[in-house]
Amino acid sequence: MNNKFNFSSKFKIANSLSLLLFILSILFIFFKGLNYGIDFKGGTLIELRSDNTDASTIRTLLNNMDLGDVNVKKFGQEGDYLIKVEQKEDDNNKIIPKIKKNLSDNLTAEVNFRRVENVGPKVSSELLQSGIIAISLSLAAMLFYIWIRFEWQFSIGSIIALFHDVVITLGVFSVLSLEINLSIIAAALTIVGYSMNDTVVIYDRIRENLNKYNRLNISEIADLSINDTLARTIITSATTLLALLSIFILGGEILRGFSFAMILGVVIGTYSSIFVASPMLKFFKVTYKTLEKEEEKIVP
Amino acid sequence: MLNFSKINTLIIYFIFFFIAFFSSLNFQNNENLLIDKKINLGLDLQGGSYLLLEINSDTLVQEKIQDKIIPIKKLLKKNNINFSNFKINNQSLTVLIDDIEKFDTYFYSRKENLVNPYIDNYRSYELTYKKKSNKEIEILFSKFGLLTINNAALKQSIEIVRRRIDDVGTKEPTILQRGEKRILIELPGLKDPERIKELLGKTAQLNFRLVSENNEFGTDELISENGEKLNVSKRIIMSGENLIDAQPNINNQNNQPTVSFTLDRLGAQKFGRATTDNVGKRLAIVLDGKIVSAPSINEPINSGSGMISGNFSFQEVTDLALLLRSGALPTPLIIVEERTVGPDLGEDSIKSGTISLIVGFILVILFMLYKYKIFGLIANTALIANLLMLIGILTILESTLTLPGIAGIILTVGMAVDANVLIFERIKEELKTEKSIIHAFDTGYTKAKITVLDANITTLIAAIILFAFGSGPVKGFAITLGIGIITTLFTAYFLARHLTSIIVLNSKNKEIKI
Repeated sequence: MNNKFNFSSKFKIANSLSLLLFILSILFIFFKGLNYGIDFKGGTLIELRSDNTDASTIRTLLNNMDLGDVNVKKFGQEGDYLIKVEQKEDDNNKIIPKIKKNLSDNLTAEVNFRRVENVGPKVSSELLQSGIIAISLSLAAMLFYIWIRFEWQFSIGSIIALFHDVVITLGVFSVLSLEINLSIIAAALTIVGYSMNDTVVIYDRIRENLNKYNRLNISEIADLSINDTLARTIITSATTLLALLSIFILGGEILRGFSFAMILGVVIGTYSSIFVASPMLKFFKVTYKTLEKEEEKIVP
Repeated sequence: MLNFSKINTLIIYFIFFFIAFFSSLNFQNNENLLIDKKINLGLDLQGGSYLLLEINSDTLVQEKIQDKIIPIKKLLKKNNINFSNFKINNQSLTVLIDDIEKFDTYFYSRKENLVNPYIDNYRSYELTYKKKSNKEIEILFSKFGLLTINNAALKQSIEIVRRRIDDVGTKEPTILQRGEKRILIELPGLKDPERIKELLGKTAQLNFRLVSENNEFGTDELISENGEKLNVSKRIIMSGENLIDAQPNINNQNNQPTVSFTLDRLGAQKFGRATTDNVGKRLAIVLDGKIVSAPSINEPINSGSGMISGNFSFQEVTDLALLLRSGALPTPLIIVEERTVGPDLGEDSIKSGTISLIVGFILVILFMLYKYKIFGLIANTALIANLLMLIGILTILESTLTLPGIAGIILTVGMAVDANVLIFERIKEELKTEKSIIHAFDTGYTKAKITVLDANITTLIAAIILFAFGSGPVKGFAITLGIGIITTLFTAYFLARHLTSIIVLNSKNKEIKI
């Protein structure tokens, strides 16, 4: 890269923007909430395919059954519908055959039940709990790994960037009322891995440059390092996004939420490793001496 | 970094071809080969039902504590401990006794303690008691006593669930214990689990009890099949345990579907004696607390076989016979999670998964060719090798491929080139300052090594945690992602580096462009 961008001059603006988005995301998550799918909320999901019908016909048929909160919407291609029934206190299991019978008897064309899922209240709360544990644990593991491989300033900086990515991704899901299910947890964890990957590449270069150029301050070092690795950052993001776009567009309805979260995560993760993780080092006043001190400790 | 000894080269390619060979096994049809390994398709891809059942041992504990009443009373009487106010609670017994200390010695005695046996595994007694006041005690199961009951019930339930499912004849069911209270069932290819759910939803506790004329002490009022209220003795003449066979049948006289059953020797004796003593009385056949039928005993039945008739359809007698053959579940089973995918959705998922994999793959390959030309070709060769190895390892492990698993492979495709990109970019930088091209490549590989490792280990950590905590399909994603990272490192640092070295060493220091 011959033309160098002056990233550090944009740090202030970027950080204000990040902070704003972060706070907005938290507000949305708290006040608007997240749209949990049946994996985490419990309930019943039925995906069916039938010609000559529409969502409102199905809705009317189901409303006559006194099922509580029922949600019917088109799903993917023509003739596919997704029905969601909230978790009732008694077992939802018993209503599945009733719903199937009602729809088979009353819809004009043949009904093909493509997918039926039912998650009880106990299991759903366990799944949510283990999802939260998994994300927290992976953050902790990253924190630890970076702390061992670099210094604590790098470790805190990268975790803040990770937190930033996960929270803003969830914030977007809240704003758009997109469903949070098991595959979104998988996506969130992959985002954590990917964003960390990106951050580590830049941090690695910052560490190297700190040793090489004693006279430069951290902003200059960060600038230099980001520019050094910029081509790689862009190319890797591009190939990953190409693969993800392919899943998003061609992978079918079930993978859509997952691939959307991943695309969002890759974009935010790439941004954060440049504009969040790097300025954090400036915030912690990292200099080449930070590295030296550490080395002295290791070799007394 | 560019010098490969002959032996190293040999090892690298041997490892590659050995693992990649396994990926080819998935495309053969005949199964009579020496190595019969394949990637299994998850339920979301081949269609089928996943059920998670939970045992509810509350009623079982209730029954078990009631079984302790007589032994405890005997213990108290035998040792001259005066007691009064013996009460049966939901899951415990309370009693007023005059000498708690004396009771304690006998209650917690290691020797031939039939009332409160010592469980060696847990180093604990089955029962425990709490002092409610200085006279009153509450007797209940200890933590480990409950655990023992629970474990036994779960083991037994799994056995019976297996028998019932085998009897229905679904192909290759998976039935596993999950945690302390749950049973996981996977039924590949099953389109509609309702019949299985119905069969598993019944405990099928069958017993034969006499109908009594009045509602004297020790009877239950049960409702018979035709709405009649009958007083049925609590005393069980014989239960389903004594059944050795049950078959659906059509009664010759009235063409009604019936279940004919055969009893074991003990059951035949009990049944014979009871029917001899009670000719003229009615015998209630009680299934899960409901009277199925209550025929009159016309003559003693000593043959050890009999018939259950009621208002059954043929489907119902078929199911009933199956349930009786498989035995009673010790506790009711609750379905806490169910996921069923129809076969055509599975096919659609495979199709869309494969298409997006191919398209994503081609896009990445074209992009790399455009960006790096000849070295793009190397990266792409490494990418193809990577995929073959990934599929090869999945085959060796005979792991299950799910839709998220396919997503994991596609993501690997996208991210796998990262290692080579990191290296190539580093080499580019080195080429700017370094005069010797070979040297530039060498330092490029060396310097990028740490970064590549660091970057991939972080993703590997995420994949491992996902594997440990994820459930079901998410695990499939974690497996492909994790293995993908390992194959990526191998292909970038061994295969691609070797290919690069061939090009660089043969260029004789002519101009090389990345």
